[in-house]
Amino acid sequence: MAEKAKVAFYWCASCGGCEEAVVDLAEDILQVVDKAEIVFWPVAMDFKREDVESLKDEEILVTFINGAVRTSEQEEMVRLLRKKSKILIAFGSCAYTGGVPGLANSYSREEILSFYYKDGDTVFNPDNKRPTPHFIEGNFAFEIPEFYERVYAVDQVVDVDYYIPGCAPTRKVVKNSIDALFSSQIPPKGSVLGASSRSLCSECPLNETKPEKIYLKSFKRIDKSQPESDKCLLIQGYPCLGPVTRGGCEALCVKANYPCTGCFGPVDGVKDYGAKAISFLSSIIDSIDEKEIEKIIDEGLSNPLAIVYRYSLPKSLIFDTKIKKNGG
Amino acid sequence: MEHKITIDPITRLEGHGKIEIFLDEKGNVEKAFLVVPELRGFEIFVKGKPAEDMPIITPRICGVCPTAHHMASTKALDDLYKTQPPSPAKKLREMLYNMFMLEDHALHVYVLGGPDFIVGPKAKKSERNVLGVIQKVGLEVGKKVISMRREIRELMTLLAGKVIHPAWGVPGGVTRGIKKDEKENFVKVAEKGVEFALFTLKVFKDIVLSNKEYVDLILSDAYTHRTYYMGLVDENKKLNFYDGKIRVVDPDGKEYALFDVRNYRDHIAEHVENWTYIKFPFLKKVGWKGFVDGKDSGVYSVAPLARLNACDGISTPKAQEAYEEFYKNLGGKPVHHTLANHWARVVEMIYAAERFLELAKDPEITSDNIRKIPTETPTVGIGVVEAPRGTLIHHYETNEKGYITKANLIVATQNNSARISMSIDKAARNLIKEGKYDEGILNMIEMAFRAYDPCHACGTHSLPGNIPVLINIRNKDGKIIETIKNFE
Amino acid sequence: MKDNKFEPKILGIFCNWCTYLAADLAGVSRMDYPSNIRIVRTMCSGRVDPQFVLWGFKNGADGILIGGCHPGDCHYIEGNYKTLRRYLILKRILREMGINEKRLRLEWISASEGEKLQRVVREFTEEIRNLGPISEDRAFKLQLAEHKK
Ligand code: SF4
Ligand code: SF4
Ligand code: SF4
Ligand code: FES
Repeated sequence: MAEKAKVAFYWCASCGGCEEAVVDLAEDILQVVDKAEIVFWPVAMDFKREDVESLKDEEILVTFINGAVRTSEQEEMVRLLRKKSKILIAFGSCAYTGGVPGLANSYSREEILSFYYKDGDTVFNPDNKRPTPHFIEGNFAFEIPEFYERVYAVDQVVDVDYYIPGCAPTRKVVKNSIDALFSSQIPPKGSVLGASSRSLCSECPLNETKPEKIYLKSFKRIDKSQPESDKCLLIQGYPCLGPVTRGGCEALCVKANYPCTGCFGPVDGVKDYGAKAISFLSSIIDSIDEKEIEKIIDEGLSNPLAIVYRYSLPKSLIFDTKIKKNGG
Repeated sequence: MEHKITIDPITRLEGHGKIEIFLDEKGNVEKAFLVVPELRGFEIFVKGKPAEDMPIITPRICGVCPTAHHMASTKALDDLYKTQPPSPAKKLREMLYNMFMLEDHALHVYVLGGPDFIVGPKAKKSERNVLGVIQKVGLEVGKKVISMRREIRELMTLLAGKVIHPAWGVPGGVTRGIKKDEKENFVKVAEKGVEFALFTLKVFKDIVLSNKEYVDLILSDAYTHRTYYMGLVDENKKLNFYDGKIRVVDPDGKEYALFDVRNYRDHIAEHVENWTYIKFPFLKKVGWKGFVDGKDSGVYSVAPLARLNACDGISTPKAQEAYEEFYKNLGGKPVHHTLANHWARVVEMIYAAERFLELAKDPEITSDNIRKIPTETPTVGIGVVEAPRGTLIHHYETNEKGYITKANLIVATQNNSARISMSIDKAARNLIKEGKYDEGILNMIEMAFRAYDPCHACGTHSLPGNIPVLINIRNKDGKIIETIKNFE
Repeated sequence: MKDNKFEPKILGIFCNWCTYLAADLAGVSRMDYPSNIRIVRTMCSGRVDPQFVLWGFKNGADGILIGGCHPGDCHYIEGNYKTLRRYLILKRILREMGINEKRLRLEWISASEGEKLQRVVREFTEEIRNLGPISEDRAFKLQLAEHKK
C-alpha cells in the first residue's frame, strides 16, 4: 500500500476497559500502525472532531467504536464517523449490544437524575440544582450534552459493518479481528469478528464434566455457596451461560471458578441473547409443577433480567429500535 | 466584553470532559469550570439485581480501575452478609489489589506523568510523549515497563479471571486461590516488581529531582491548594490501599477525622451544579463554601499525595524510606503541591510492590481456605478501598433475599473534582489577564490535570503525552474569534 | 387509559393440536369471541420462542395469549411444560423491563374446549382493555422517547 489505511477509534458511553483492551495489544498494535495511520483516537491521540469533519466521506478505512450511545454528543460523533468511514466496527459489548450500562433501560432518565442530584444519600443540594443541557447563568451559557432517555447500541444509531464481542474483548480476540480485517478475504458484512462461532462450552476446560442433558431442581447463588473447581458450574447448579454464549474468551471466568455471565453475546443466528438464555434456563429446570417451578425461579433466578440481559438489554427485541434522528 | 473560552476535550474524566472559562468585562477570569458531560446511572439500574452480582456489574463504571470497583464491591458484600473472609482469602485479595496498584501506577508514571517530568515540561510537544520518555530513559527501560505490566496482568488474569473486569470476589472470600506450583511465579514477579519500583524512584530522582527547574515547578504557587486530605490507614495509621479506617487531615496536617467507612455519610456530602454531570464531594461538617481552599472550606483531596498526607507512615521499609525523603525534600507535612502527586505515586509504587512481595511469600497464600460462606441475612453493606485515583466507597442495601434496594457510590475521581476545578481556575487566572492569554495555559492546565490522573483517558492512554486541548475564544454571539490549540 | 374506545390488539399463539382447534370449534359453533384477537398457529406451544413474545409486543400487540395442550396431552410430550417454565420466567422479565406482565397469559385449552376459549379470550380482552394500550407501559415510553423537545 502506497498510502497507509486510515483508522479511527472512538468511545461513547464506555468504561474505558475497551480502550485499555486496545492499548493492551502493545506490540501487536505496532504491526497495525505499520499498515495504518491513526487519524482519530481521542483517548490517546491529539486529533479533534474538526479533523474528522475535514476528511472526505469514507476516507477512513476502519473506525472502531466502543461504548453505547446515551447522549446527544455521542450520537453526533457516531454519525459523523459513520459518514467518514468505509468500515465501522462496534467494539465490545456496550457498542455491540448495549452492555452493562444498557441495564439502565429498565429505568427512566428521571429516576436516574433525581437520585443523582436530589435523593441520593450523600447529595447536598439545597438550591435544587440539576445539570441542564443549555444552562445559562448570567451572561454565560454552558453547553452539556443531552442525556437521553435510554441507552442505544451503536447499530441502533448507524449502520454497523462488524462486531467485536466481549466486555472487554480479550487481546486475542482483538488481534484476530484485526487480522481478519487486513486479510485478503474480507468477512461478510454483519459478522462477529475475532471470536469463535461455537458456544463457550466447546472451549471450556470443564466441558468434559458436563453431561449431554442437564436438569436442575434448584439454582445456586454464589453469595451463599462456593463453586467446586473441577466440575461444570452448570451441573453444580450455577446459571452459567456458557451454553448460549459465543466462545472466544477461552472461558476466562470459569477458569477463575466463576460462572460465565455471557459477555461475548449470542452465537451466530441468534438475535436476542436474553430471549435465547430464557429458553435455555427454562429447558433445564426439572419440574412440571407450576408452584414448584415458581419456587425454583424465586430462589435462584428471582430477577432473571439481571442474568440473561446483563450485557444486551438495549438489543432485546422490545428495545431494539433505531434512534430517532436528533433534531430531525 | 463577554468572552467564553471552551477547552474541549481536556480529558475524558468518566467520559468526556471540557473546561469553560468565563471572562469579566475587563477580560479577566471570572470563573473557570470543569464540565463533565456524562452520566450512567449505575446506582439506579443496579436496583433489583442480586447483590452478589455487584462485583461483576460495578467495575463497568471504570475499565481502567475495574479491580478497585470489584474490590470495594466485594468488601461491601462482606459487610452486607456480616462475614469476614478467612485470613488467606483476605491476603489473596490484598495481594491482587497491590498488584493492580503497582501496574496502574507504573502506567501513569511512565506513559502519562512521565512526559511532563521525565522528558520535561518545556520539551517540544512532539517529544512530550511516551516515545520521548523511552528516548530519555532508554529503550531497555521502555521494554521493562511493558513487560512488567504484562507479567503482572497475566498473573492477575490467572487469579481473578480477567484484568478488565475480574470475576472473583464473593462475600466472605474469593472463588479461586493460588496453587502451590503457581506461587513461585508470583514471588518472582513480585521481586521484580520491587526492583522495578525502586528503579523508578531512581529514574525520578535522577531526572526530576536533580533539576531545579522541575522542583520549582512542583513548588510553585500555581499548583498549590491548602485543602483537607483523605486516605485509608491501617490500625497503626499507616498507609493501606485495601483496608482500614478513613482518615482526614486538615490543611495543617492535623488529624481532623478518623472514621469507619460505615459512617461515611456523616462526613461526606456531594454538592451539585447545573453545568456539569459530575458532583463535588466535600466534608459535610466543614460545609461547602465554593471552589476555595483553606480550613473553612470542605473541599478535600484524594489520591497519592492525599494518601501520604493522611497517613503517619508506611509499613514497608523501602517505601517508608522514600516517604521520609519525600517530606524532607518538600518541607514537611502536609504537602499541598498538586504536582507532588507524581512523586507520591512513585512512593506508593514501592509500597505496592513490597506489600505484593510480602503477601506472595506468605505461607498462607496457597491455602485453600479461601471462603467463609455467609449464613446471615443481608441488610446493609458498605465497603471502601483506595483506588489509584482515591478513596472509593460502595454502599448497598438489600431485601432479606439479597436483592439491591438501594446503592450509593462515591467514586474515586469524583472526590477530587472540586480541587481539579480549583487548579483549573488558578491556572486560568494566572494566565489570562485583561483579555490576554498565553498559549502556556494549555500546558499549565494539562499538567495540573494530569497530576490528578483523573481517571482514565489522560490517566493511561495519552500516548502522545499531551492531552489535546483546544481553546475557542468566542465573542458574545458565540462566534469563534480566535482558536488556540496544542496540536497541528 | 380506561378509554372505552380503546380496542386492544391481542395476539393469540395457539398450538395446532388443541387451542387452535378450539378456536375453530368456537367459530363453527358461533360461540363468538372478541374480534380483537389475531391468531397464529404453532405446531406445539413448546415452539413459542420468547423472541416471538417480545417481537409481538414490540410490534403492537397489547396482549399475548399462548394456548397449549393440557398437561400430559402435549403431542411432543414436554412442549407445554417447557412453555410453562419459559412463561414464568418471561413474566418476570417483562415486569423488570417495564411491561405489565398481565399482558402475557398462558392457558391450557383442548380441542374440545370451545367454550373455555371463548371465555378466556373475552376475559383477556377485557383485562387488556382495562390495562390500556401497551404504548403506555414504561418500556414503550422509554423506547419511544423523543430526544429533542
Ligand atoms: S464493553 Fe465492557 S469493557 Fe468495553 S466499554 Fe463496555 S463495559 Fe467497558
Ligand atoms: S456450562 Fe459453563 S462450566 Fe459448564 S462447560 Fe459450559 S461454560 Fe463450562
Ligand atoms: S466466561 Fe463468559 S463472561 Fe467471562 S469473559 Fe468469557 S464470555 Fe465473558
Ligand atoms: S402439542 Fe399442544 S402444547 Fe405441545
